[in-house]
Amino acid sequence: MNFKRYTAGFLAVSSLALGIGARAADITGAGATFPYPIYAKWAEAYKAKTGVGMNYQSIGSGGGIKQIQAKTVDFGATDAPLKPDELDKAGLAQFPAIIGGVVTVVNLEGIKPGEMKLTGPVLADIYLGKLKKWNEKPIADLNPTLKIPDENITVVRRSDGSGTSFLFTDYLSKVSPEWKEKVGAATAVAWPEGVGGKGNEGVASYVQRIKGAIGYVEYAYAKKNKMSYTQLKNKDGNFVTPDDPQFQSAAAYAQWKAVDGFYQVLTEQPGKDSWPITGASFILIYKTQDKSASGQEVLKFFDWALKSGQKMAEELDYVPIPDSVVKLIADSWKSQIKDAAGKQLWN
Amino acid sequence: MTATATAPMLTPADRMPLERREPTPPRQPMTSGRWQDALFERTTQAFALLVLLVLVAIIGSLIYGALPALEKFGAAFFVTNVWNPVTKQFGALAPIYGTLVTSGIALLIGIPVSFGIAVFLTEMCPPLLKRPLGTAVELLAAIPSIIYGMWGLFVFAPIFGDYVQPFLAKTFGNIWLIAPLFQGAPNGIGMLSAGVILSVMVIPFIASVMRDVFEIVPPVLKESAYGIGCTTWEVVWNIVLPYTKVGVIGGIMLGLGRALGETMAVTFVIGNAYRISPSLFEAGNSIASALANEFNEASDPIHLSSLITLGLVLFMLTFVVLACSRLLLAQLAKSEGRQT
Repeated sequence: MNFKRYTAGFLAVSSLALGIGARAADITGAGATFPYPIYAKWAEAYKAKTGVGMNYQSIGSGGGIKQIQAKTVDFGATDAPLKPDELDKAGLAQFPAIIGGVVTVVNLEGIKPGEMKLTGPVLADIYLGKLKKWNEKPIADLNPTLKIPDENITVVRRSDGSGTSFLFTDYLSKVSPEWKEKVGAATAVAWPEGVGGKGNEGVASYVQRIKGAIGYVEYAYAKKNKMSYTQLKNKDGNFVTPDDPQFQSAAAYAQWKAVDGFYQVLTEQPGKDSWPITGASFILIYKTQDKSASGQEVLKFFDWALKSGQKMAEELDYVPIPDSVVKLIADSWKSQIKDAAGKQLWN
Repeated sequence: MTATATAPMLTPADRMPLERREPTPPRQPMTSGRWQDALFERTTQAFALLVLLVLVAIIGSLIYGALPALEKFGAAFFVTNVWNPVTKQFGALAPIYGTLVTSGIALLIGIPVSFGIAVFLTEMCPPLLKRPLGTAVELLAAIPSIIYGMWGLFVFAPIFGDYVQPFLAKTFGNIWLIAPLFQGAPNGIGMLSAGVILSVMVIPFIASVMRDVFEIVPPVLKESAYGIGCTTWEVVWNIVLPYTKVGVIGGIMLGLGRALGETMAVTFVIGNAYRISPSLFEAGNSIASALANEFNEASDPIHLSSLITLGLVLFMLTFVVLACSRLLLAQLAKSEGRQT
């Protein structure tokens, strides 16, 4: 039975890809699910303004990378950025389009949103299964004023491969050598502990239902579901409460470099307000555009989205790319993106 | 006999070439009917062959996709319990175990309940209730599996974790041998929950097949049995079941097929951990759910290939199940021949 679905999925994807090619005027993209809501909103507003539609299929980052490599779409989207050498090999240019934050949430009697303080190493020990109870010393020491119940810790994480997991595990790898060595960072890892929920909603509902659970979700989910997110200690040693300015701070402090394809994971960035688990979602396009018209449309769309779409992003609890970085991105288009004849595509 | 002599239409002369026959009016439709017959035969044959072709193509593409993983890990893939996308080490033991255990639980609960439903509907149900109850069972089968998954996560898991699991732990948690099955935190998520949800999903399949085959038992057989003083149970056990066993086993296999391949409903409640634990309260994973979870974001070739190999394993499992049921039926038919 599974096979029917599996092949049906393949057929659906390939027929989508074929269908996409038919409408030349619209731009097409595929990839990461995390930025899907904002891309869809941008597409709607852009179409109303210019008449050019943008068709985005949220099939997952892995799928997005595969689709752009197969040239079935005009752009791919991925949560985990490709490394500079991978970009060079594939002939792709990369730039960030939107920023979001991942927050840790807990379900503990009497603990309200933003009350509990955690540090990266403690979080790593919890996810490694080394801390079993909430009132153990490392946690209690961080929260001397809180009355923490004597509850077992149940670790909740994503079961599906996701950019959210990538940011979370990347953060843990940066703050805990043991995590880095034993588990590592990827969209899916071999979790030493806990139960896996499917999607943000799966993790959110597990955490809400299991007493003593800890999980990580996108900030918008925690906010919508009024979950008890925790504070985290950032690189500068301050405890910060997650909100838009904290994510923006992380993005502003990052050392973006266009030559590296903006390869930058925004976890554990410096800055006194920076939230340590912040991340950008990236767009992939070919450096050499065979069909210069569609390539230009993609750039026009993102130029508009990065400059005029910031308010829409904030409404959906995303963080827009800082203005300074937007300028860097436009410069990178000028120097990197060429048409088939080798002429500069963006002025 | 005389008719054959006088009516040339019905003699072997029919097989003579067309031009030698007398062109009588009724022949025209007949020849065109023959042409249609041939067309019909070819068309249906093509459809049937198409099924075979698709099957072969699917197996072929699965094996092709699985080759890299099989080459890298060999037979160890099927017996090692490791699933690490970071170090690129994969082994399928945990999902295979989870698939078998959850399907086993589903059948363990599903078969007796379905049997009860079918017996009640065919033997004891007041006529007024028969239709609504039967329709209700069939409607259960029409609910999309994602609905079962969401219902399982939001409604069933909390109730199961708060009331049923503590009860099970208290009742069976101290009994020697089965105690390890009911250890751990009762949080409503895990292999037992997945198995119970699966049983709800397979019951309509098994129950409606059982009911349908129970209904074809000739009334005279049952009436004779009742006539010599059999109880309803004796009639069902000694008359109805032996008469319908092929259909009953077919229905169970249909249910098992659904349980083995179920994806969404399991993903929501099984906990999705690549772990083998004796406790049914612990999180596990099934093949279908692993595929659903990881296929989207698997970009590494060996990861993808390992997932496809998992798919191949599921295919084989289903195939083995079907083959076993055929063997079982053949065995039953043989032993029957010996008895009579």
